[in-house]
Amino acid sequence: MIRYLLPLGVFIALVLLLGAGLGLNPRLVPSPLVGKALPAFTLEQLRDPGQTLSQASLDGKVSLLNAWATWCVECRREHPVLVEIAAQGKVPIYGLNYKDQRPEALQWLARLGDPYVASGFDADGRVGIDLGVYGLPETFLVDAKGQIVHKHIGPISTEIWQRDFIPIIERLASGNR
Amino acid sequence: MLMATLLALTASAGAIVFEQRDFDNAEQRARYKTLIAELRCLVCQNQNIADSEADLAQDLRREVQRMVLEGKSNEEVIDFMVSRYGDFVLYRPPLKAKTILLWGAPSVLAIGGIVFLLLQLRARRRDTTPSTPLSDDEQARLDALLKNEDL
Repeated sequence: MIRYLLPLGVFIALVLLLGAGLGLNPRLVPSPLVGKALPAFTLEQLRDPGQTLSQASLDGKVSLLNAWATWCVECRREHPVLVEIAAQGKVPIYGLNYKDQRPEALQWLARLGDPYVASGFDADGRVGIDLGVYGLPETFLVDAKGQIVHKHIGPISTEIWQRDFIPIIERLASGNR
Repeated sequence: MLMATLLALTASAGAIVFEQRDFDNAEQRARYKTLIAELRCLVCQNQNIADSEADLAQDLRREVQRMVLEGKSNEEVIDFMVSRYGDFVLYRPPLKAKTILLWGAPSVLAIGGIVFLLLQLRARRRDTTPSTPLSDDEQARLDALLKNEDL
């Protein structure tokens, strides 16, 4: 009996293991930066090249840092959600305009609305590399002490915002009180 | 015609990205080549950054070149990448609690396979040896049968 059951058992175990593997999304690479401080950076701002945006700009409040570009199709899909989040006014959104052209980026914001308090202009993508950005859009949730508490890869939808971001933001808010 | 198209396709798939990269000496160039061959591209995940034409791979090659020119060691370059993108960028992942299955599975499966094979072979040998010797009567019948066959 065991002669027949053993191979069957091994087969079922293998199916379960591989089945679980199929359910994972290989595009989602866990970031080693979650739980660490936001890496230091200084960039000129998109709107005003005379001004800079740095990691210090995000200090003292829970905020979002969203990497985006006009050439990124999924960013276009995400944009209305960001505009809505910005309108709610709970969390300020900072932008990382990644490897983009300034006129196009400014036109995009003028046409679709600007949810960003400020966007850093990362023309050569070097700050993007420091942040481990590999597929736009990517969004970091940063706490008041400048620690990255959550990273989302891919466009944020209203559902994802409610499910993944709001609970953390509320927990952080109650922890500060 | 079809053959030519196929040839062209395979040739382009295997092509290594050509880029002019300047180094101070051959040792730096060799290190650069080893490093970019061992780092995985995060955009086209089954290519290393040496073969990938993705924008990010190009930027990462530039970063590797910069660090090699600055005299950084291979470990420092690898640490730079891992601190940003995680162990995923390594085509040779480190031995950790999380990767023990990855590293251990081949030897466990090989040893398990050999043990299984040996057990099977032993069981088979046992099956073929008669449990009780033949009686004189049976031996005589067997001899007779064998002799008969010779005819």
